[in-house]
Amino acid sequence: MKALMFGWEFPPHISGGLGTACYGLTKALMKHDVEIIFVVPKAYGDEETESIRLVDASDVVIDIKDEKFREMISKLSYLEIDSTLIPYADDEEYFRITEQLSKGVKAEQLSIKTQKYSFQGGYGKNLMEEVKRYALVGAEVARQHQFDIIHSHDWLTYMAGAEAKRISGKPLVVHMHATEFDRSGESVNQLVYDIERAGMEAADIVVAVSHLTRNVVINRYGIAPEKVITVHNGVEPASTNQFVDAEKKVDEKIVTFLGRITFQKGPEYFIEAAHKVLKRDPNVRFVMAGSGDLLPKMIRRVASLGIATKFHFTGFLKGDDVDKMFGMSDVYVMPSVSEPFGISPLEAMRSNVPVIISKQSGVAEVLKYAIKIDFWDIDAMADAIYGLLHYNSLPEMFKQYGKEEVESIKWDQAGKKVKDIYENLLS
Amino acid sequence: MKSICLYFQIHQPFRLRNYRFFDIGHKHDYFDDYANRFFMQQVAEKSYLPANKLLLDMIKKHGKKFRVSFSISGSALEQFELYTPEVLKSFQELAQTGCVEFLAETYSHSLASLKSPEEFARQVKKHSSRIEQLFGQKPKAFRNTELVYSDDIGKLVYDMGYQTMITEGAKHVLGWKSPNFLYCSASNPRLKLLMRNFQMSDDLAFRFSEKRWSEWPLTADKYLGWINAMKDNEEVVNIFLNYETFGEYQWAETGIFAFLKAFAGKLIAEAKHQFKTVSEVSKSLQPVSGLHVPYPISWADEERDLTAWLGNELQKEAFDKLYLIEEKLKTSSDSQLEHEWEKLQTSDHFNFMSTKWFSDGMVFRTINPFNSPYDAFINYMNVISDFTIRVEKASEGKEVEMPTPAKKTRAVSKTASTKEKLTKTPANTKVTATKSKAKTK
Repeated sequence: MKALMFGWEFPPHISGGLGTACYGLTKALMKHDVEIIFVVPKAYGDEETESIRLVDASDVVIDIKDEKFREMISKLSYLEIDSTLIPYADDEEYFRITEQLSKGVKAEQLSIKTQKYSFQGGYGKNLMEEVKRYALVGAEVARQHQFDIIHSHDWLTYMAGAEAKRISGKPLVVHMHATEFDRSGESVNQLVYDIERAGMEAADIVVAVSHLTRNVVINRYGIAPEKVITVHNGVEPASTNQFVDAEKKVDEKIVTFLGRITFQKGPEYFIEAAHKVLKRDPNVRFVMAGSGDLLPKMIRRVASLGIATKFHFTGFLKGDDVDKMFGMSDVYVMPSVSEPFGISPLEAMRSNVPVIISKQSGVAEVLKYAIKIDFWDIDAMADAIYGLLHYNSLPEMFKQYGKEEVESIKWDQAGKKVKDIYENLLS
Repeated sequence: MKSICLYFQIHQPFRLRNYRFFDIGHKHDYFDDYANRFFMQQVAEKSYLPANKLLLDMIKKHGKKFRVSFSISGSALEQFELYTPEVLKSFQELAQTGCVEFLAETYSHSLASLKSPEEFARQVKKHSSRIEQLFGQKPKAFRNTELVYSDDIGKLVYDMGYQTMITEGAKHVLGWKSPNFLYCSASNPRLKLLMRNFQMSDDLAFRFSEKRWSEWPLTADKYLGWINAMKDNEEVVNIFLNYETFGEYQWAETGIFAFLKAFAGKLIAEAKHQFKTVSEVSKSLQPVSGLHVPYPISWADEERDLTAWLGNELQKEAFDKLYLIEEKLKTSSDSQLEHEWEKLQTSDHFNFMSTKWFSDGMVFRTINPFNSPYDAFINYMNVISDFTIRVEKASEGKEVEMPTPAKKTRAVSKTASTKEKLTKTPANTKVTATKSKAKTK
């Protein structure tokens, strides 16, 4: 069985959750004897296209010298598409090209005006152009290769997947790692929403990374429930040197928030809960690690509550600093307003830190050794923090079983489930 | 002829409200009155009232031939009085028929037998006198919370004057032996033991309405047929159930009430077997063998052990903290605090903290107000933290007035307002002496 996969990034150049998930899933599928052609766009020699990566790269580092990774790469048909190969096309031209491609005309034979474009970051107009251009690539790749099934990861690649399906007639699976509602709250970008919806409608099966995401897909995109299947993400096994037992320089217990400081991550609820805890117990310090558009507002809030001597901002942390932060923490809190899956609590648990997570996160569906609260329920959040700091048997229990639990959440199961989906579609 | 022993357990806990850490030190109302009223009224309507009516009708119809045994926890009795006095009245009507036996147990459905012999004895006494007050009979047989039993507990119970106790017919205790005989404690042969036939009991409690069960639908004829098919020499069938089986675990729509009516009617009409209460079984049969039970057993889960209440670290910490304040509490001799402490001892609080994720299919559960065992634990610990502060304050006051503190002697803890008097405590229990008697007068 051979799958044609469209992603937007792949190790070693990844910016976060999506790349990691694609890597884990691809590896697991290959273990279950699925061959994979993985398509990612890559614009080299062109700094502007580099900024297509929406989030800071290097959030997640995967060692490309790693034997297993190399072995995998050697088996994988990995296509990097030169962005300038098929240039920007406007809607009319786009349609003309795909029409010709579907009739068997090769891309090289098409006469297309090469046109340089500038990329503005975010969801600017040019990203849409890039998405369309990528769709053309999809059609071309579909024409040139043999495969049984198409699998597209997140909205950026849905058009490519749909084009590949149109050209090849093979079944399409689209994978929802995050919805537009997760990224933007209620102020959704209509264009993105439309692409997501069209992609899911064109698909034979929609894979959602959690039941939470599945419900959004069904209720907010109107996709038929019977074709939406939940496949929870797995976790990459920890590399051996990951655990850092950082020496703590303060006597107080430390409660940590680590993530982008944006609406989606719910930082303000963490601050309000911290305030409640500090009123009763001055022997605690709170840390907010990360950066984001809400950072200035959060700093102002902490100052106005008068807790700034006990509440600290570190700015963006990476690499070893993240591990050190976990090493110093007594409690980790993820109060996300909306989190399709959420990998960071698993990293905390792997570092023996007890976690409090919001019920509005997909990862809450797979974890047992974690306290789950509603993101808005600051009383419950404060109570959970206080409980973990004062009633010893609870953090002890989490430390004892949490690590084991995280290690049992494997990509292998996810791979098996996706393969079953493929087989059902093909039978 | 076999004896058929129907025994029903009635208990409702005083559930705790959401008690946050910032309440510690200034709010002392721990219990969720609204929820407790709601659950009690609901279960009364669905189960207790219709079941009592059915039993009363059957006793009227069959006379003395239909007999049942009950144990009602003190916390259920208190909630009847608070929320559903009509339920209490209907139990009193049943008591007047002379066909119903009431068993003794701990007042607040506690696990004190595992931790504090002194508190265990105090609660049993309190419960017994309450039963006598309400139902006009002094309990002669004993059932411990969740049918928890061990050799040590058996000894405590016997020393309190009981000669009959009921417990679970746990496989790992009985081995090849049948639960359908009367047994006795091996270390204390005068204490007779009735062993629950969990097969026959759980057929009603858990499987009755289970359509995937190969015996569904279970009719009275079929059930009676199983009893008739038992070996002739087997003497007793102990069907011990939570009373909520009728109407709540098994809804009225499943036909559970009609089943009970038909089963009892046919059994009496056939006249091959007869209904007996716990004490009647104990009196009429001879124990066939002694049982050794070094480790406590219960009627919960597959394991029939204590792990539903004291299986994980959270439950153990909470349980330890609860009894850590016992000594100071007795020093304070504050009847209000003592009553609250009683309610905090109820076993359900610990069951709510259970992390036996996969094996809870078999445990008898009351409605759990908590989302997770962690919520239940944190909430309970917050309450205990506040309660401990109050107890410490109360006992400090007492110690200040006492010129000679910490003399080791028998505890004489008595207040003017408590109805029951504590005059006897195990001599080996060390308790700080107080002059509470003088103080409270």
